[in-house]
Amino acid sequence: MIASFQAELLKLRKRPATWVLLGVTLALTLLFGYLLPYSSWVTSDQNFQTQGLDPQAVLAGTLPGELVPTSLGGFPVFAGALALILGALASGSEYGWGTMQTALTQRPTRLAIYGGKLAALAASTLGIVLAVFALNATTAGVIATLESRPLAYPPLAELAQGIGSGWLIMGMWCGLGALLGFAFRGVALPVGLGVVWVLGVENLVSAVAGSLLTSLQPLRNLLPGVNAGSLVWSLAPGGGSSGEAPPGVIDAVTGGRATLSLAIYVAAFVALGAVLVRRRDVT
Amino acid sequence: MGEQLVETNGLSKTYGAVTAVERVSLSVWRGEVYGFLGPNGAGKTTTLRMLAGLVRPTAGSASVHGDQPGSPRALARTGVLIEAPRFYPYLSGRDNLRVVARYAGVPDRRVEGALETVDLAGRGGDRYARYSLGMKQRLGVAAALLKDPELLILDEPTNGLDPAGMRDMRALLRDLGERGHTVLLSSHLLGEVQQLCDRVGVISGGRLLAESTVDDLLGQAGLLVRAEPPARARECLERLVGAGNVAEADGSFRLRTGPERAGMVSRALADAGVTLTELRPLERTLEEVFLEMTEEGTGR
Repeated sequence: MIASFQAELLKLRKRPATWVLLGVTLALTLLFGYLLPYSSWVTSDQNFQTQGLDPQAVLAGTLPGELVPTSLGGFPVFAGALALILGALASGSEYGWGTMQTALTQRPTRLAIYGGKLAALAASTLGIVLAVFALNATTAGVIATLESRPLAYPPLAELAQGIGSGWLIMGMWCGLGALLGFAFRGVALPVGLGVVWVLGVENLVSAVAGSLLTSLQPLRNLLPGVNAGSLVWSLAPGGGSSGEAPPGVIDAVTGGRATLSLAIYVAAFVALGAVLVRRRDVT
Repeated sequence: MGEQLVETNGLSKTYGAVTAVERVSLSVWRGEVYGFLGPNGAGKTTTLRMLAGLVRPTAGSASVHGDQPGSPRALARTGVLIEAPRFYPYLSGRDNLRVVARYAGVPDRRVEGALETVDLAGRGGDRYARYSLGMKQRLGVAAALLKDPELLILDEPTNGLDPAGMRDMRALLRDLGERGHTVLLSSHLLGEVQQLCDRVGVISGGRLLAESTVDDLLGQAGLLVRAEPPARARECLERLVGAGNVAEADGSFRLRTGPERAGMVSRALADAGVTLTELRPLERTLEEVFLEMTEEGTGR
């Protein structure tokens, strides 16, 4: 599996789409986590993100102490969607280009190739999470310096918990993307379906269960996105000191249950993908 | 004959109601260049996919190097190029081979050698997406050679090559054969197969119609006879070799009999008062034999 992991890592590292997805993730995190709130603080203008919020709370959300909730705020929705695209690209394009055949006619077993791909995706999503935290930590440090606030970063344990939670969320969405890529043996349909699910269906079901049909809440609480949002909520109840939870971050289930649910989703996606890769003909 | 590197017994593959390969039993011996012939849709590629472990047979069995097709031990000693080469368009040719080398567990230093073998060393840094069809095909062969495999399974390796490229590929395959590599080669370029292969298997409609040496396959040729008057000549020839072995076309007779019987034919015709105007061995090409077999096989 190590040989496959090295091959997969080389492919991901050299693939422009990987860097585009990383760049978009970083840009969106920076924009919504820091640039818009901080510009609102500096100009005293209210934008859609800061409407009705206490300006001091808005500034607090951009300071080092709020690094974890601010960094994770976008993970349940947009970063999750981008991770899903990464997974779907990595698996689905092997069929689109026919390169699955090239890989399978070398030496490793099918499961070793599959394991290598998942390990490389796990490494990539961890890299993205670390990059998000590193960029945000730098940005928060700059803002704190500009505003003459203390460089009070969260303790290492909290940071590790935040990074671990972010990795679990990204890994779960990436795993779903990879599974869809293997299932549909292509890229377009998995990306389309996946993004509609992450950005549309999950939010719709959450909204309906939250207001119109509260009897749907038990079902809603099983959804992967809802659990991802709940995990982030558990790390910063109420949206942290900014007082406003980002989209997709909700108080639906406890942090422990959300973590367990996400881990089960990851295991299920991995197992289903393994069955598909192992059993199906490659034509 | 030595060791069998590839063996299939009653290998079959069906897709729903469609039978792609039906009870194919063939064998490829160590050191030989084996041509796998068949018209489009005959089942060649499906058979090769089963030998590479990409497709599971519906029935029958196959072994490659004595192992199950697709097993790490079989794949470690087998280079495969099936249909068109498949690589990552955003990577260079060299990086594509590096990816393959990592999968195959061979050192990166073999990449340059493989590129040189197929004359791509100067273009190894170009993106694969920019390669011509011929360059892609050559890169596919380079990838198949990377493991320095004992067995090469090549499906239409000259597809997309220009005449010079085809000549080079033939030379490469001949060289591989001479160096003791075993090559299982599918092709519909019969002249190429006739030049390169020691033995051939002919498949049509999913069934293996024949498996023999090229010489044996061509040896089923016969004699061409022109004689006057034709009616008396026909009567004499049918008496001599049997009516079913005489075919008349273009004013001549084609006898399904060995060239060694030419003297006997000549004497018999002379004794019957027939004037012989032409008598020569009928040298059939592989193409003629192939078309005859496959058209019979498909009932055309």
